[in-house]
Amino acid sequence: MRGHVSRWLVALLGGLLSLQAAADHAAISVRMATVHGGTFESVLPPAPGVKQLTVADFRLDRTPVTNAQFARFVQQHPEWRRDKIAALFADDRYLSQWPSPTEPGSSIRNQPVVRVSWFAASAYCEARGARLPTWYEWEYAAAASATLPDARHDPAWQQIVLSWYSRSASGTLADVGRTPANYYGVQDLHGVVWEWVDDFAGMLVAGDNRQQSDPDSLRFCGPGALTMEQKENYPTLMRIALLSSMQARYTGAAMGFRCAVDARSTAR
Amino acid sequence: MKHLALLLLFATRLALGGDAYPPQSIYRLDAHLTNQSGVAHGLDVYAGQPVLITMFYGSCPAACPLLIDTLRAIERAAPPAQRQRLRVIMISIDPQRDSVQSLQELAKTRRIDLSRWTLARADAATVRRIAAVLNVQYRQLPDGGFNHSSVITLLSPRGEIAVQSTVLAKPDAVLLEALSGIP
Repeated sequence: MRGHVSRWLVALLGGLLSLQAAADHAAISVRMATVHGGTFESVLPPAPGVKQLTVADFRLDRTPVTNAQFARFVQQHPEWRRDKIAALFADDRYLSQWPSPTEPGSSIRNQPVVRVSWFAASAYCEARGARLPTWYEWEYAAAASATLPDARHDPAWQQIVLSWYSRSASGTLADVGRTPANYYGVQDLHGVVWEWVDDFAGMLVAGDNRQQSDPDSLRFCGPGALTMEQKENYPTLMRIALLSSMQARYTGAAMGFRCAVDARSTAR
Repeated sequence: MKHLALLLLFATRLALGGDAYPPQSIYRLDAHLTNQSGVAHGLDVYAGQPVLITMFYGSCPAACPLLIDTLRAIERAAPPAQRQRLRVIMISIDPQRDSVQSLQELAKTRRIDLSRWTLARADAATVRRIAAVLNVQYRQLPDGGFNHSSVITLLSPRGEIAVQSTVLAKPDAVLLEALSGIP
């Protein structure tokens, strides 16, 4: 009898666990979209004379992280509250749009969280077992229109992107998920907020300043700084310029983020 | 007595955690490093002393050897009282190739005085965070090398950034002056 009950309990527990696993999996597939990798020509060539680069499969949040989502994070990780955070990790505007250190207020709950530093954005993703996307991942996903994985040379798509950018300059932020899903099912990559990337500090768009004779300009070790290509791609170049001007503790009134994971990862 | 003082210091640090350091101190960063001898430590391994900290990669052909020379030149040019206390940390941005063993080899070939210098490595995410607090820019290239900014940072005994220098091959006068001013 006893053996019977314990077998029954084990079966029940097992069932509950697999339900939980299925729910976790569903949460992932709802929140993140799979982006199939491939070769790609970035506006930032990986090295002088090298045009093509390869992006591996990854998964990316469908929408930017919202105020409500970020509020749950700071409630669970109080060291990231605006009244607890060390000045090393965020400037003094960090989350200053919230009426309280832990609550964003009902009107902005579904808007992208902004005024977060790179440190805070990274910590949020890490708490989910995820990370910030790299620049190349972000740019790769953002090259897609609703129908094409790389629509950057499609004049109609260029026009849509440009019009989004001219609109985003005005005032309040929209709720996430209002723009059409792209080829991969990702939304809001254009026209909603600027977004942190993991390697924002590595873009080195300053011109090639290595003169062997001048020790001051040997600041960059390696085969030299990058040159930007595809000058018609203004929105992407604007992003690079903005990201390159940031420091990891800076926050911005239109600077948000979303998380990514490698394709095989089990992030939440 | 000395042991008791050390014990007290250790206990205080345990109790206060990272909060024992000022809000701007880079020692607030919870970074798990491993040095050239395989010993695990934090960024604050030399807390209480002025520190020169910089990032590099072991296989770098040009600026990185120069970086070591520059650090040595700063040591030599430092006022004698500070020279005794000054410590150096070099953190690799290349966790894939800079193993504990290759750091050990670099220490040997460059005859680095490991009683005062530390060569350290960390996982890629930690490297990113350390670079972020030091404002070091880096980027891996397709051939496995890196572009990175060569910045030497002088830290106060509590881990605050006193001054940052991009001068290579000779000691930066501004950095030396800041070093003399550290109590």
